[in-house]
Amino acid sequence: MQEIINIFVRSVFIDNMIFAFFLGMCSYLAVSKTVKTSIGLGIAVVFVQVITVPVNYLLLKYVMKPGALSWLGETFQGVDLSFLSFMVFIATIAAMVQLVEMIVEKFSPALYNSLGIFLPLIAVNCAILGGSLFMEQREYENIGQVLSWGLGSGFGWMLAIVSLAAIREKMKYNQIPPALKGMGITFIVTGLMSIAFMSFLGIKI
Amino acid sequence: MSGKNFKMLSNPFNLQNPVTVQILGICSALAVTVKLKPAIVMGLSVIVVTAFSNLVISWMRNSIPPRIRIIVQLVVVATMVILVDQVLRAFVYDVSKQLSVYVGLIITNCIIMGRLEAFAMGNKPWPSFIDGIGNGIGYAVILIVVATVRELFGSGTLLGFKIVPQAFFDAGYVNNGMMIMPTMALILVGVIIWIQRSYFKQLNEKE
Repeated sequence: MQEIINIFVRSVFIDNMIFAFFLGMCSYLAVSKTVKTSIGLGIAVVFVQVITVPVNYLLLKYVMKPGALSWLGETFQGVDLSFLSFMVFIATIAAMVQLVEMIVEKFSPALYNSLGIFLPLIAVNCAILGGSLFMEQREYENIGQVLSWGLGSGFGWMLAIVSLAAIREKMKYNQIPPALKGMGITFIVTGLMSIAFMSFLGIKI
Repeated sequence: MSGKNFKMLSNPFNLQNPVTVQILGICSALAVTVKLKPAIVMGLSVIVVTAFSNLVISWMRNSIPPRIRIIVQLVVVATMVILVDQVLRAFVYDVSKQLSVYVGLIITNCIIMGRLEAFAMGNKPWPSFIDGIGNGIGYAVILIVVATVRELFGSGTLLGFKIVPQAFFDAGYVNNGMMIMPTMALILVGVIIWIQRSYFKQLNEKE
């Protein structure tokens, strides 16, 4: 249990998707103009991350790892499909996003309307694929840890985008050099925010 | 090569640069630039993937049903990336280890999806191929500039060779530890955007 909480805290603060790995930067920069929309996108990312990372973990464990297919019988003992992981992960993500979109539309039209265009766009958000790839690389041991990593990484991403949006809303009233306006200053602000997050680096858990 | 094709090849270097003007593919551009060598390898991989997936999608553009085009595009790109990943593992294993998940993340690199949507779906194969190469090079150029600055000032080397002479270190010169941190990649790209937009005023954003 303690391990699961550790993974969650690490993935939100220390291994933050944006500030430590630069994942999901495109939508992070493009959709952070107002706090309201960025909260919507953040919730959508957490939602999809919590579903896709465990699903990919199960696929990896029971289908793709060397020898994972042994439950099918002796002949499949030596099969190693791990080179297919990119393709399987992205297919799962695309399918899951489609599925989540349909379910949300059916059962909670209000949430669906507030997420709007962001839901389908998440399929090509690097933070989602990155979450699954890191899950493969770090070899988490059980489904609890994987779930905690998925939730934490999604939540860390949401924290980053909402705080950037808040800063950008305030920045509208500032005098910024014309050449830095828009993207230039956003990059530098993100850099400064990531310095703030570097202070978590010293925490050992 | 005709003038139009040449323009397509050269535009992404500057006025249509995918990283600094279109703001696409930032994730990997920042993460792999601590050292010059991985940055060059990453740039080359992206050029190959962009060019060939543009070519393939452009060949298939009339037979892809519009409703499922994203999935078809993802599958084509994923195939290209698996090929590139296997080649990297076979020939430059150490670099492939350094790039870690970022090779896989080429699949969701927005440059590739962006070019497929904006160009390859509506143009003939040969111009699409040129467009892919041009945008790939535009991306690689930014990677190489950022990586050069970070490696030179962060570790005093370039491609692993010592550039800053030992005498400097004896005289009290120290490597800038900030350059190795992720932070400086963001700030450097911000500065590149600043410099570029100061020269080319038409790129400035109006708010």
